[in-house]
Amino acid sequence: MKDTIFTVLNNKMIAKNTYEMVMRGDTEGLASGGFVNIKLDGFYLRRPISVCDFDGDTLTIIYKVVGKGTDKMAQMKGGEELAVLTGLGNGYDVTKAGDAPLLIGGGAGVPPMFHLCRELIAAGKKVSVILGFGAKDEVFYEEKFRALGADVFVTTVSGDYGIRGFVTDALAGLNYSYFYTCGPEPMLKAVYDKSVTSGQFSFEERMGCGFGACMGCSCETKYGNKRICRDGPVLEKEEIIW
Amino acid sequence: MVKTSVSLCGITIDNPVIPASGTFGFGLEFAELYDINVLGSFSFKGTTKDARFGNPTPRIAETEGGMLNAVGLQNPGVAHVKAVELPALAKVFHKPVMANVSGFSIEDYAYTCAALDDEEQIGWIEVNISCPNVHGGGMSFGTSAQNAAAVTKAVKAVTKKPIIIKLTPNVTDICEIARAVEVEGADGVSLINTLSGMRISLPKRKPLLANVTGGLSGPCVFPVALRCVYQVYNAVKIPIVGMGGVSSAEDVIEMMMAGATAVEVGAANLVDPFASKKIVEALPLAMEKYKISSLTEIIGAAH
Repeated sequence: MKDTIFTVLNNKMIAKNTYEMVMRGDTEGLASGGFVNIKLDGFYLRRPISVCDFDGDTLTIIYKVVGKGTDKMAQMKGGEELAVLTGLGNGYDVTKAGDAPLLIGGGAGVPPMFHLCRELIAAGKKVSVILGFGAKDEVFYEEKFRALGADVFVTTVSGDYGIRGFVTDALAGLNYSYFYTCGPEPMLKAVYDKSVTSGQFSFEERMGCGFGACMGCSCETKYGNKRICRDGPVLEKEEIIW
Repeated sequence: MVKTSVSLCGITIDNPVIPASGTFGFGLEFAELYDINVLGSFSFKGTTKDARFGNPTPRIAETEGGMLNAVGLQNPGVAHVKAVELPALAKVFHKPVMANVSGFSIEDYAYTCAALDDEEQIGWIEVNISCPNVHGGGMSFGTSAQNAAAVTKAVKAVTKKPIIIKLTPNVTDICEIARAVEVEGADGVSLINTLSGMRISLPKRKPLLANVTGGLSGPCVFPVALRCVYQVYNAVKIPIVGMGGVSSAEDVIEMMMAGATAVEVGAANLVDPFASKKIVEALPLAMEKYKISSLTEIIGAAH
């Protein structure tokens, strides 16, 4: 974990209620599937946001405006500074991917798939991606995943774009060696039930600290109690109790 | 050169800053970030006789100037604390630590305190009496002077460690409870535990916390905590550990002027993992600013 200051370079709406913020700062210790915890003026607790992408000195996050805190973030302009705790969470274990991993992201669960996709493609994997959204106006990053070199399938619940239905409707016909997924819990459960290989799930929970001190985000697993913020947010299929 | 050391129940600590139970685990997460030996001490995660998972999630909610928690005393149980947590702590922390103990019956409290009595590194046992009494219809031990006194008597009988009873502010008269535990031999009191509160999700039309209610902490409770410490200082002769929303060296000084001998820092550690260290480092400068040469001299100075 690092206690750092990031400077906002760019903060723009990329889909309905969905914003992409690019920040410059110390990116050492960031990982695919990890998260950062952001302090906002006027709010007591930090906002945990998953890492979407990063390089040597920039970090990209994508967040949905769901309350007062994220609404405040959406109003931030280039040049403003943010206090950020970085390098939080265990992240995805890419060593288990096999030759043809499948990434499944739903809504606000799409961003953590992006750097993972970049990493897996760089490692020579044949990556397929399913991106699930509510409707066409919520879709983002489809072309960006394609530009990385992934096979991309988009589903919308409304059916006004891509495959009509849920991510599991795209899952049925695909061959994959392993999977990584992040999204709302009902979606994760559906993926858990319908997937035919092992895989990793990234969970969301309300957090106090984000670094394992407060026990605010605990869950029970087959291997004992885990803290989503520190022992997770990524859990393996085999340890989840559903 | 200012003097930050104070004596708490006969044990001298380098400074009065003590991270509060439930915000500092067993110290290890913080020891990765800084040398926790800069602290006066810390109060470890509330420990019970048996392991507990705690409440369902969500356990955390935010509010203006603070937070609510309903963790529900998740802990690995006293046997695991003795076998695993304390040996690990001894490697990174070389000062007396404050044990924090909870229970759901008088027997639970006595069992856990007795089990910790032979642990050399434990300087004090802080007894959280805000838990529901399973034999008393679920009412908290800490809301009845009689029950608070009974817990105190039971734990005093099984340990030689100084006993600090942690008081809940969710009572009509906190002084009455403080006096009752003093009579039964409590070596000190610590206050305040969290204030009972709740939030409701507007879109869901349901309480935000799975437990419905939770404990409010953070800067928003500081004036309430300060008032309680001030009143209890008038009511008892035993030392007071003040806590509730403390976030700066100035807050520490204010708490001590109200009557605290030492001061616990809670929620601040969760927002800024370096908060307690920063407060320790800021103390000498703040003392100089207010012309305090020794912290001992300001305990209860506002009276």
